[in-house]
Amino acid sequence: MYQGIKISGFGGQGVISAGYLLAQAGMMEGKEVSFFPAYGAEMRGGTANCSVVVASEEVTTPIVSTPDTAIVLNEPSLAKFEPSVKPGGLLIVNSSLVNSKPTRTDIKILFVPCNQVAGELGNGKVMNMVALGAFAAATGAITVDAIARALPKVYKKLKPEVIELNIKALKRGAEFK
Amino acid sequence: MAEKKLMKGNEALSEGAIRAGCRFFAGYPITPQNEIPEYMSWRLPQVGGAFVQAESEVSAINMVYGAGATGVRCMTSSSSPGISLKQEGISYAAGADLPIFIGNVMRGGPGLGNIAGAQGDYWQATRGGGHGDYRTFVMAPNSVTEMANFPHKCFEVSFKYRLPSMVLADGILGQMMEPVEFKHPEIDPSTLTEPDWALGVNNNRAKRIVKSYDLKEGGVEIMVNERVKRYRQIEAAETIYEEKMLEDAEIALVAYGISARVCVAAMKLAREKGLKVGLFRPITLWPFPKARLVELSKKMKHFLVVEMSLGQMVEDVQLALNGRSQLHLYAKPGASVITADEIYKAMDNIVKKGAKEYAAAK
Repeated sequence: MYQGIKISGFGGQGVISAGYLLAQAGMMEGKEVSFFPAYGAEMRGGTANCSVVVASEEVTTPIVSTPDTAIVLNEPSLAKFEPSVKPGGLLIVNSSLVNSKPTRTDIKILFVPCNQVAGELGNGKVMNMVALGAFAAATGAITVDAIARALPKVYKKLKPEVIELNIKALKRGAEFK
Repeated sequence: MAEKKLMKGNEALSEGAIRAGCRFFAGYPITPQNEIPEYMSWRLPQVGGAFVQAESEVSAINMVYGAGATGVRCMTSSSSPGISLKQEGISYAAGADLPIFIGNVMRGGPGLGNIAGAQGDYWQATRGGGHGDYRTFVMAPNSVTEMANFPHKCFEVSFKYRLPSMVLADGILGQMMEPVEFKHPEIDPSTLTEPDWALGVNNNRAKRIVKSYDLKEGGVEIMVNERVKRYRQIEAAETIYEEKMLEDAEIALVAYGISARVCVAAMKLAREKGLKVGLFRPITLWPFPKARLVELSKKMKHFLVVEMSLGQMVEDVQLALNGRSQLHLYAKPGASVITADEIYKAMDNIVKKGAKEYAAAK
């Protein structure tokens, strides 16, 4: 198993922290991992993306240029990363914010209304967890449980009830596989 | 085994330096290496060390010169433009035989360039960078674990042979996170013997002078020649490289640092498609592993140098091959990222289409 993942969206959507979390979860599950944030002159509302590798073998390059899975959380990210997905790969689209339709026919496309689901749970900030839940369920590269266990390692200052909310969001996301 | 920890390359380099006995750091902020001074600022006081946020890069390198003269394990770090500013101080440290340690987390250049990872400082790092006849021991890590462990070797070589040493990383290695493994036992600097040249309180010992000049006729020539003897010893004893799947290879990729990681991906891709490819990775950039390349060139048909710069290391490879094998270059300057697909295409062109050799090779 070798999953190169690209996560992309607005600064503030939790793109970078979702990537960090995924790598931490993969490592705790005994997998080989790497995480690389694109750290341009980004700010809240600008664009941000990161590369994550979760693999059962040695990670070659941490820079994911042809992802097995791309998770696009906003409109500009779809145009930027849809073409790069490996044939046969997976594209997870945040259908709450992305209005354009993907055009690729050689990849699997999963529409997840991340913001809507997060809103239903009572906190829009957990939308990145909805996307990660969908990723875990759709690829099997990692378990929702592993991500849940990694949460307190990455978000050291979060209150238990907020961790609980994040776990709920992961589980709701996993229903979209 | 201890619990695995996910660490940023910059943090790993900092922690690695401290575990190697570093107790003084002076620096000035610049992206993409800001996690180094940030980490040092809270971690050094925990181990009884000192951190100084200097008012400029020039100040920082000269503070490190001063600390180095007392025999303490000390460090500064910066990224490309800041390393340029430090060159005068590095030259002075080389001239005074001071074992200081420098981290360069390269970004795009020349000039202000950009803040993404690049490899454009190869010439600066391996040719001295500052003025005068000198060498710097230069190591090029390609993983967070190597970022964590190379400061140990740098301090060891610096103190044994008395010269500045450098870890030449890049913005990608600095920013990326991987599980990290510290392989060396932690060094308690209070257990190290004070070098016989170190300045400090003089309790009736012989006078010691640290200086980078000698105004007597022929004085500097003697100093440089004495230093060259140590450089020859380093070349003989401290050259490090890594080889992957070269035994049956028709093409040897030659790359260091993050480029070498992309080359591993390209090598796997090429092997799946039936191309016999291996990788030669210089780990010390000075001393450059020339002798091993000379050996390899006797049977290897093609060498393809891959670097995120306009073509700098290729000149060292060219000197080693000396026309015995075909030399090719895939270069991408300006902090643009090289992909495995691109490298594969370059190899395919060489084997199937007889791509032109590196122009300066003729």
